[in-house]
Amino acid sequence: MGKPSIAVHKFSSCDGCQLAFLNAGEELLNLAELVDIKHFLEAGVADEYAHVDIAFVEGSISTTDELTRIQRVRACSRYVVTLGACATAGGLQALRNLDGSNTEWKHAIYAHPGFIHTLDQAEPVSAHIKVDFELWGCPVNGRQVLAAVQQLLFGVAPLEQRDKVCMECKRQHASCVMVTAGRPCLGPVTRTGCGALCPRFGRDCYACFGPAGNANTAALSRRLEGLGLTPADVARRFLFINNHAPSFNEAGKKHYRQGFSDD
Amino acid sequence: MDDTRFLPRQALQTLLDALHRQGYRTLGPVVQDAVVQYLDIDSIDRLPSGWTDDQAPGRYRLSRVDSPRCFAWATGAQALKPHLFHAREVLWNTRRDDAGKLVFGEQEPDVRRLAVIGVRACDLAALELQDRHFLHAIKDPYYGAKRQGLFVVAVHCAYSADTCFCASTGDGPRATHGFDLALSELDDGYLVETGSDRGRAIATQLPLQSATSTQVHEAAAAITEAANRQFRQLPSTHLRDVLFDRLQHPRWEEVAARCLACGNCTSVCPTCFCHAEHDDAALGGSTSQHLREWDSCFSEGHAYLHGFNVRPDTHQRYRQWMTHKLGSWHDQYGRSGCVGCGRCITWCPVGIDITEEANAICTADVPQGESP
Repeated sequence: MGKPSIAVHKFSSCDGCQLAFLNAGEELLNLAELVDIKHFLEAGVADEYAHVDIAFVEGSISTTDELTRIQRVRACSRYVVTLGACATAGGLQALRNLDGSNTEWKHAIYAHPGFIHTLDQAEPVSAHIKVDFELWGCPVNGRQVLAAVQQLLFGVAPLEQRDKVCMECKRQHASCVMVTAGRPCLGPVTRTGCGALCPRFGRDCYACFGPAGNANTAALSRRLEGLGLTPADVARRFLFINNHAPSFNEAGKKHYRQGFSDD
Repeated sequence: MDDTRFLPRQALQTLLDALHRQGYRTLGPVVQDAVVQYLDIDSIDRLPSGWTDDQAPGRYRLSRVDSPRCFAWATGAQALKPHLFHAREVLWNTRRDDAGKLVFGEQEPDVRRLAVIGVRACDLAALELQDRHFLHAIKDPYYGAKRQGLFVVAVHCAYSADTCFCASTGDGPRATHGFDLALSELDDGYLVETGSDRGRAIATQLPLQSATSTQVHEAAAAITEAANRQFRQLPSTHLRDVLFDRLQHPRWEEVAARCLACGNCTSVCPTCFCHAEHDDAALGGSTSQHLREWDSCFSEGHAYLHGFNVRPDTHQRYRQWMTHKLGSWHDQYGRSGCVGCGRCITWCPVGIDITEEANAICTADVPQGESP
């Protein structure tokens, strides 16, 4: 049996999740020994529709062209794994879904909007094709990506991590930024995977890994208001990188007023 | 109190030095990242002199007070748990030999001696409970090795935070047993009591003076005052029967509407011992580590049995936590699992108060139509 093959595809995204792959350093060299990398533009390998065992997809589906491409990727891949917030939940691009003004934005921003073939909605990959496993994060954590690859190479379904960031914060003995400093931390509703990176540096979590299991956004919203956040501030906390993820979308929209006029 | 002696404030350094001579690594309270934590100290200058804490549900703040005292705070973010039951620990490892066969390797327990200075009565009660679990119920060699090398310097509490309720659980604020040495802090120094042979051996190396009866009375009065300052309490030290009678109480759903199921309460609880185990395999599968790490009855994996989750909803997880902690611990370990340290109240991001919930569930009449 030959080596398993992988591909890394880019859709609407910033390339940061691909960089998380490239930044794996020595492990990337080990990976190259274990798998046959068929397509990975950022690493200089191009064969977009080669048949592969695992296709990693970065980016949301935002243009008419991407609608076609994602179908072809699905057709030539055994497993499709989304890589990061854009591919998994729509990412920042999905902010344009909030007020349905895609056309107006296009005309306001671009000199020649006729060349811009965006869809009305920027959506996660799973809105269009079957996805086998989703990796969250903006960007993804390189260790988590390699662990998922390892588990797929073993022939088992990767372990999904749905615990809250708080659990990891406590395991790392980070000081709670909400309890000690009143910061509007989203760790209690956000899934782990980042290694509690922000709180360990005294910063409040901004939920780039998306909603955790049993995310009680209503209770956290009340707490954020108690810390002095205005409804618009609360909406901004939830309607950020993972704004299109259902539980964050619902929580944010309760506080969202169209146009976000500053108070 | 016959063996109570006095150690002048600056002479506390001789205690650290004596412990070092005996080969102990010394941990003491240090202010870091806006919280009191037990960290390595070689000098008493690192102790939190002039700091006190202000704790409330979901809130912890340190502030300066005009005092030379180093133990004028109530509790830090963690008790002794992280030093004996590590948050993440390798249990064993695996590798493939040249023939591709799996070889299992043992992880040797950590037998280094560790002395911790500033341990509170509630922390000591929690230590005893963790002993019942890790030394007697499951005989864990990793905990056991660290426990055997532990030297405890307790400090009686002369101050209680608003979240403290150890008086109602019977675990404080005076440390009565389980320590090697115990200190009472006065403005000019410390009263020193010994609690073990190891403690007495260390005490002989300290420049101790006789304690005056005024000093002894002042220290005792401060402990009483700390107890009187507490206003939170559990309804009883034995709530098993009433809790299990009220499994359908509407309060479980009501608290779940506030609960974030984030696991902060169980992580800071000095008696919670739940953990998960998993394997961390190197890419390529040539080596693998088998790890255990702190888990929580609020996490999804904790109640996952093959194919389904027995506690999918947060109200079931909160109920599991409280009915175990205050209820079935009596059957397993002979007492309640709560030592009244109040950490779960302080470190809950939304300030859920176990004493308030326990009182609501156990003492009030069950609302009509909801009786079990």
